[in-house]
Amino acid sequence: MSRAAEADRRISAGQPLSQLDGIPVAFKDNFCTKGVKTSCGSRMLRNFYPPYSATVVQRLAGKGTVMMGKTNMDEFAMGSGSVDSIYGPSRNPWSRSVRYRERRLGDAEPLRVQATSGQVSYSLPSSTEEQKTCEDDETLSDEDDWLIAGGSSGGSAVAVATGASFIALGSDTGGSVRNPASYCGVFGYKPTYGLVSRHGLIPLVNSMDAPSIFARSTDDLAAALEIVAGHDIRDSTTVREQYKPFSLPDDLSVKDLHVGIPTEYHAPGLSQGMLDAWSWVADLFDNAGAKVSRVSLPHTQYSIVCYSVLCACEVASNMARYDGIQFGHRSEQGSSTHALYAATRHEGFNDVVRGRIFAGNYFLLKRNYEKYFVKAQQVRQLIAEDYRHVFSSGVNVLLTPTTFGDAPSYRSFIGADNRTRSMQEDVFTQPANMAGIPAVSVPVMLSERGLPLGLQLMADNFHDKQLLTCAKWLESQVNFPRFDPVTDS
Amino acid sequence: MATPIATKTFRSLKHNFLKINNLLYTRIPFCKKKHQIIETAKQADQWQAVIGLEIHAQINSASKLFSGSGTSFSSVVNNQVALFDAAIPGTLPVLNKKCVEAGVLTGLALNCSINKVSKFDRKHYFYADLPAGYQITQQRQPIAHNGRINFTVFNPASPKHTIPRDMSVGIIQLQLEQDSGKSLHDEDNQHTLVDLNRAGIALMEIVTAPDMSDSEEAAALVKELQLVLQAIDTCNCKMEEGSLRVDANVSIHRPGEPLGVRTEVKNLNSIRFVAKAINYEIAEHKRILESGGVIVNETKSFDFKTGKTVSMRDKEMKQDYRFMPEPNLPPLRVYDNSDFPTTKKSSQAINIDTLRAALPVLPAEKRHHLVHQQGLSVAHALMLVADDDLMQYYNSVLAASPHLTPKLVMSVLATDLLACLYKAKLAISDCYLLPRLFAEVCSLLQAEAITTTTTTKLIQLMFNGETLPPADIIENYEWHKITDRAEIQRHCEEAVERNPKAVRKYREGKPRYFTKLVYHVQTKSNGCTDPLVVTEILKKLISEVS
Repeated sequence: MSRAAEADRRISAGQPLSQLDGIPVAFKDNFCTKGVKTSCGSRMLRNFYPPYSATVVQRLAGKGTVMMGKTNMDEFAMGSGSVDSIYGPSRNPWSRSVRYRERRLGDAEPLRVQATSGQVSYSLPSSTEEQKTCEDDETLSDEDDWLIAGGSSGGSAVAVATGASFIALGSDTGGSVRNPASYCGVFGYKPTYGLVSRHGLIPLVNSMDAPSIFARSTDDLAAALEIVAGHDIRDSTTVREQYKPFSLPDDLSVKDLHVGIPTEYHAPGLSQGMLDAWSWVADLFDNAGAKVSRVSLPHTQYSIVCYSVLCACEVASNMARYDGIQFGHRSEQGSSTHALYAATRHEGFNDVVRGRIFAGNYFLLKRNYEKYFVKAQQVRQLIAEDYRHVFSSGVNVLLTPTTFGDAPSYRSFIGADNRTRSMQEDVFTQPANMAGIPAVSVPVMLSERGLPLGLQLMADNFHDKQLLTCAKWLESQVNFPRFDPVTDS
Repeated sequence: MATPIATKTFRSLKHNFLKINNLLYTRIPFCKKKHQIIETAKQADQWQAVIGLEIHAQINSASKLFSGSGTSFSSVVNNQVALFDAAIPGTLPVLNKKCVEAGVLTGLALNCSINKVSKFDRKHYFYADLPAGYQITQQRQPIAHNGRINFTVFNPASPKHTIPRDMSVGIIQLQLEQDSGKSLHDEDNQHTLVDLNRAGIALMEIVTAPDMSDSEEAAALVKELQLVLQAIDTCNCKMEEGSLRVDANVSIHRPGEPLGVRTEVKNLNSIRFVAKAINYEIAEHKRILESGGVIVNETKSFDFKTGKTVSMRDKEMKQDYRFMPEPNLPPLRVYDNSDFPTTKKSSQAINIDTLRAALPVLPAEKRHHLVHQQGLSVAHALMLVADDDLMQYYNSVLAASPHLTPKLVMSVLATDLLACLYKAKLAISDCYLLPRLFAEVCSLLQAEAITTTTTTKLIQLMFNGETLPPADIIENYEWHKITDRAEIQRHCEEAVERNPKAVRKYREGKPRYFTKLVYHVQTKSNGCTDPLVVTEILKKLISEVS
């Protein structure tokens, strides 16, 4: 509160520290915050109060923003639902939206979504034939039928969607920001790898982790990026030369833009609603004078398999430090040092984390290294090559779905195991992490169930300004009905 | 090398005799015979040892390899630990440029090829003093590889190595890596205490080819490496502080047969221990193989109290280190004059050629100069180059009196002055006999105004505080060299007369009795006769009498 008061004084004195002075921000609980518990949603770090703050936390604080709190996440960011946390799952606020609840309980007809060029309108259908109700409606109580927020940065998405925070930071390794952004109807932006410092971000996969931003508009994304981006001496993978601060122009045009539609993203399982949204937006670009064409990214379909190997390997390595010696949970039992390690790690990590550590160590064994790790690295190169090829052929941005459809219910989501879920959830988002390219999920419309649908835009490495400018244009076109905590609940 | 010298004239004389013997060693045929005996013994023995070393040298940078914390040896426990060193989650490695420069410089000094692009890897194992659960090292693409170290094997105390022998051993690679912390086991309370001050200090791991065949060769290599690293100032090489630690890989086989199974003795922290551990290990291998046993590939430690190696039990399972590339460090790029980027300032990147130009004169080159330009023996050159203070003293003496023969100066220095220092338990840097005065003594000797025996006495006197100029001392004590042949003849005749038994024994073929006759003359003449002249006259006398 005192920080907010200070910001007030600065602003009334006409000397704000930045555009975001006094603005509330939230951080996913894997960004180290000095003296403030940083748990990664894990028992292992339930007692971890970092002695330092992450670079992004410091930079935002230095520009006057006020930390509202830390947000929930899947344990060590391993998940895509924000359901695997010691603090319990994060719920999607749209579960409580009037539009959704009425439909779910069968009190109202599905939304009729009319996406014509230029405008989208929502109305009740006149024909009964088009009625669709959820099959499991009858058996559901409010308590167990809620929607997942997506993940692993679900808490941050919820914070922004509900207005609890203006801006929130998450980390995106395979889609962990774009996925919940799509489900919660907010913007989720993963900057180019190397643009934002990872110092103080507790890693999942070092070579893919990108500190990322949730906001309610593209201008907010750009304002936050301006503060957090740029070379950091403490992160050797941040680039020195590439970043020049920018703000987004107000007069927008997509006339000279070349938008690519990757055919491979038309994947089995894509919901009709998402498909409609995708073609509607493609038409928007087309009608506005952009060149829209189909492109091919043949290797992106292997991204998930490749990711599951690389991720497991880095996880196995990164998690090796959690032995209960220097910090974090330490088991009571342990007759020897190695017994102590085993007990500590068994108690401290959930099944998902332990499973990935196990797999990763297997892949890294001398006899397996070539077969798995090296192969996966090669596939990663091919995926990156796909993007390079497309962007060098003149395409400026790629337009794809962010997720298969709208937010699934908790019940249906937990039906599958974590790995299967990740494979389904990250299909459209993961390849960008492989190549390091910037990507943003833009909320474009509501589904039949009255839930948000997000589309993803991707651009070439360090073309973040172009990407966000394009997203801003799209934002201006779709007129997305934002979640309103007052009227919606 | 310095031998305690007795004050009694006899002992000093004997010492002088030995000294002469040593100097002439290479020319005495007897010596060759001795060598042949060793060769024959070796063939009968049949086993050949194969030894390779892995040497960990701490880079003497002010801060650690990947963090900004300090590196001093004796600071308070856990007082030089950056967050990164304790593996606090979210911290990242930041490469220390000084350490890379030290690695390149050392690679150049060891005649290595420098890799313009090198990479870092993670090597995983669990240990309480390894906070991250992995060590960052350069397994796959090290900073330098394919080098060579040239040195001289010489140890008068080891029968096989009394003759200096030049040797060259390959350097397979030089890699940069992190040191671990230290564990202290409190057995009484069942606690292990961890000190992370050392964790993350930069190490150069230097892997040699298995080109050595006995412990003295290995010890000589380590000694030479110390000199090289100290000359280029990349490591202080204090083995007692763990700045330089040696792992020795040892196997034995019969000539013509494939190499034997090797064992590794880890963390040897003195040159003496390197030699002892290798000797013990070779003997162990022989004992096992000759009794029909099998050598197990295992890691051992050396117990300096018992002089034995013992198996390190915690590594009973074969470790799989699960190497993977370190994702938080981009490939390390160094340049040379041909490709140094024009966009970078010289301080922003590392130029191999700049470092090469900054290399000081290396020990091997210094020795070559001493032997070939100044005419010193290899043994003396080794001695000088191994000791900076001694070298400085030697140079000061020559600077004070440029007309002196370097060989003579070094001879007096090595035998007389070092003996005094040894007896007084002082270092050459503590010597209060000024190089200028020492030079005056040498001048007297070179002018044949005094004998070597007198020189010894003169040095002793002056070392012990005599402040008169050497010429005056000679005057006072009447220590002028006796050049009157008749006088010497008289002393010799007396010696033959008074020692009939010695003369008889000598004639019966026992040369050592001749010493007694020389001793007699030297005593009577107060050491002012030249032993070579005395020997000549005595021999003549004895043959005339018979």
